[in-house]
Amino acid sequence: MTGRVAPGGGIFQALRAALAASRPAGLATVAAVDETAGAINVGSKLLVVPGAWAPAAPSSEAGVLAGTPGSEAGVLAEGAETLLGGFGDADLDRVVARDVRAAISSGLTVTRHYGPHGEARQMEVEVFIEVFATPPRMIIFGAVDFTAALALAAKLLGYHVEVCDARAVFATRERFPMADEVVVEWPDRYLDRTGRDLGPRDAVCVLTHDSKFDVPAVLAALRTGVGYLGAMGSRRTHDERLKRLLEAGAEPAQLAERLMSPIGLDIGARTPEETAIAICAEIIASRTGIKVPSLRRREGPIHRR
Amino acid sequence: MKELLPQIDQWFAEGKRVAVARVVGVDGSSPRDPGATMVVSDAGEVAGSVSGGCVESAVVTEALSVIESGEARVCTFGYSDDEAFAVGLTCGGTVRVLVEPLDW
Repeated sequence: MTGRVAPGGGIFQALRAALAASRPAGLATVAAVDETAGAINVGSKLLVVPGAWAPAAPSSEAGVLAGTPGSEAGVLAEGAETLLGGFGDADLDRVVARDVRAAISSGLTVTRHYGPHGEARQMEVEVFIEVFATPPRMIIFGAVDFTAALALAAKLLGYHVEVCDARAVFATRERFPMADEVVVEWPDRYLDRTGRDLGPRDAVCVLTHDSKFDVPAVLAALRTGVGYLGAMGSRRTHDERLKRLLEAGAEPAQLAERLMSPIGLDIGARTPEETAIAICAEIIASRTGIKVPSLRRREGPIHRR
Repeated sequence: MKELLPQIDQWFAEGKRVAVARVVGVDGSSPRDPGATMVVSDAGEVAGSVSGGCVESAVVTEALSVIESGEARVCTFGYSDDEAFAVGLTCGGTVRVLVEPLDW
């Protein structure tokens, strides 16, 4: 059977190695085949690991991963990416690999249909494409009590959480054991250094409450492709921050479109823990596009008397 | 499937055979999206889920059978007039589950 290997086989091991190396991957599996489609097996697979990547292969799998001619799971060397397995039809393999790459980019697991040779608008072959995405990032600026609660809630949602503050006395591992990284650095420098790959799934939350730190942080975040950008503060802090952001050259339209400030949904949250839920709920709502009341849509004090 | 990899590793280390069941299609209301995964060992141990709990035991039966036969199959669970659908989702949707031996 093309694309199938012995129990405990090479595709699973390669997938395991890619995820251990924090590489995104996509695994296409044939879920159903119409009897007219010929010799394509349900369960046959194609693994795609994009980008330059060399799996640290156990020696027993080295032959498979290196694409030994004649091995059952053939490796198709294409550019710098890893392709393992296949469906026994080069055209179908090529078309599915293309769709796996697209699915990895979008981060969405999908089911697609093809003709026996990868033809579009045909239904004979059903392929399930599971995306193994790297965790989205949440960068929290400001090492305050709200940060610890938000970091915990973000871990629950599967984020890779990075806490950053310029003040070494606050940004410590001891205070934020739940964070994946605790960094002492100016927020704008941290974003300029690590923010290049931020995308729609990622979030930047500015909790510093201090325009000395949060104005450069917001400006730096606006230069990235981050999907969610929020900044905490009272109405007065917000107004003051807005003024300083505009003075620093921020585009009013961009602020209106991208900056969620004051941060969070208007659910009457008071404690750090409740505020963390209000922030995470706003992040979910911004992803799903569901209209719910955000604090920034209302006038007046954040905490109703 | 990602969150179940440590469990799969453990079963393999214990010399067990494993089946993996993944939701590949949903229709109407369903508690879990495509990609929801359950894994079953040949000793009948279970991790993960493919629904809110409605079809899990039927999937275990299918998984054990798949481990024996070595053949992947798709199982459909849902509300229908068709008597073939013995197990349903209480929420009224239909879910298609790909059950396969983890031998790849």
